[in-house]
Amino acid sequence: MKDTKIKEPLFSAKNRKLLTAPLNKDNPITVQVLGICSALAVTAKLEPAIVMAVSVTVVVAFSNLVVSLLRNTIPPRIRIIVQLVVIAALVIVVDQILKAYVYNVSKQLSVFVGLIITNCIVMGRLEAFAMSHKPWESFLDGIGNGLGYGLILVVVAVFRELFGSGTLFGYHIIPQSFYDAGYANNGFFILPPMALILVGLIIWFQRSKNADLVDKS
Amino acid sequence: MFSNSYIFKYSAIMVILVAAILAGAALLLQPAQERNVKVEKIQDMLNSAHIESTTDNAEQLYEKYVVREIVIDENGEEVSVYKGGKFEKGDVRAFNIDLKSQLKVKQDAAQGKTKEKAVFPLFEVDFEGDTLYIIPLQGNGLWGPIWGNITLKRDMSTVEGVSFGHKGETPGLGAEIALPQFENSFLDKKVFDDKGEFQSISVVKGGVANSSIDPAHGVDAISGGTITSMGVNNMLKNNLSNYITYIKNHKK
Repeated sequence: MKDTKIKEPLFSAKNRKLLTAPLNKDNPITVQVLGICSALAVTAKLEPAIVMAVSVTVVVAFSNLVVSLLRNTIPPRIRIIVQLVVIAALVIVVDQILKAYVYNVSKQLSVFVGLIITNCIVMGRLEAFAMSHKPWESFLDGIGNGLGYGLILVVVAVFRELFGSGTLFGYHIIPQSFYDAGYANNGFFILPPMALILVGLIIWFQRSKNADLVDKS
Repeated sequence: MFSNSYIFKYSAIMVILVAAILAGAALLLQPAQERNVKVEKIQDMLNSAHIESTTDNAEQLYEKYVVREIVIDENGEEVSVYKGGKFEKGDVRAFNIDLKSQLKVKQDAAQGKTKEKAVFPLFEVDFEGDTLYIIPLQGNGLWGPIWGNITLKRDMSTVEGVSFGHKGETPGLGAEIALPQFENSFLDKKVFDDKGEFQSISVVKGGVANSSIDPAHGVDAISGGTITSMGVNNMLKNNLSNYITYIKNHKK
């Protein structure tokens, strides 16, 4: 018999799980508790949060892909350096593209795009997954983790922008009649501590639904 | 299993490859990035003169309304005048002057560290028959640089409008300098008093009404943003003072 190995379909159950697990049970922010600092910093408005989510997704996915392709050639002694070079190169390219095409958003994100390099999610996925898995799986894992990160960012940003500024994407959502009746925007939502509180509430909500995420002790 | 020479070769090739990719990306995207910075600068200037613009039409509006770009030296002499796409005098466009480095030159020259002479930009606007003057501003807030533009009316004393920006002042406190409530409090204030003496516009902690400052030359500071407010105060005084002689000589 020639080709005995059965080719695995691109979106087999196992691969689909790579995509969906980080959205809930394996979420990088609420379960792995990685990448919290940027989640606090860029979520005061919805638009930068989405751009940040997309940027991180692109960086995690492609650095996972590149490192996975190289995984058998990377000398273990310098693997962290190689990983960092791959991540840094991708982040710089993303940063340059943002500066060229969505200048206003890139100004709001300021240093946080550069700080994707030190975002623990990226390094964590490279070490834990891409170094030991095939390119396609690694790519999916990167997309999944990026989306899991982005999901939390977007949820937090929706609450913060809606209650902090009364807008979404800069458009007024809360009608003027509310303000006339004495409603005021809550400035506390704009400040970073509120993001931490919201992330905490999301973790609480998620664990109350998912008993197996709760520590036995 | 990997020899030392393999590791060296591997890293060398990797670094060269990555450097080439990054250099390529930077070269390819540079024109778009430079245009963004330019458009932002134009929009800030037009905002202070109350000319509405979008990122798409800012450059056309600039060419239409900014009729003269003037560069003056510290003695108030015109060093360079750029009008209608060509130089009438000198060879420096006010638009290309880096104000921050010129203020540094001025400071160094005052301390005798350099013999260079600082020059300052001034923009003359003809907006539907009305002459306005835009003066760019640069200073320091609490956490980092603040900047802006102040537009004076034909008399070169009354404020038509201001626009401020900042790198990272505290949201809700110092960052309020960039909000319309604060910017609008500058409208119709005067930089010179009735005798023609330079007064600048003071940003007064505790409110102008409770101070000895003439309401024509002062605005209220931001509660909780004292250091940023002082930064705006100093920025106005420091930048506007460079234009005193020029304005006295050219006042209409």
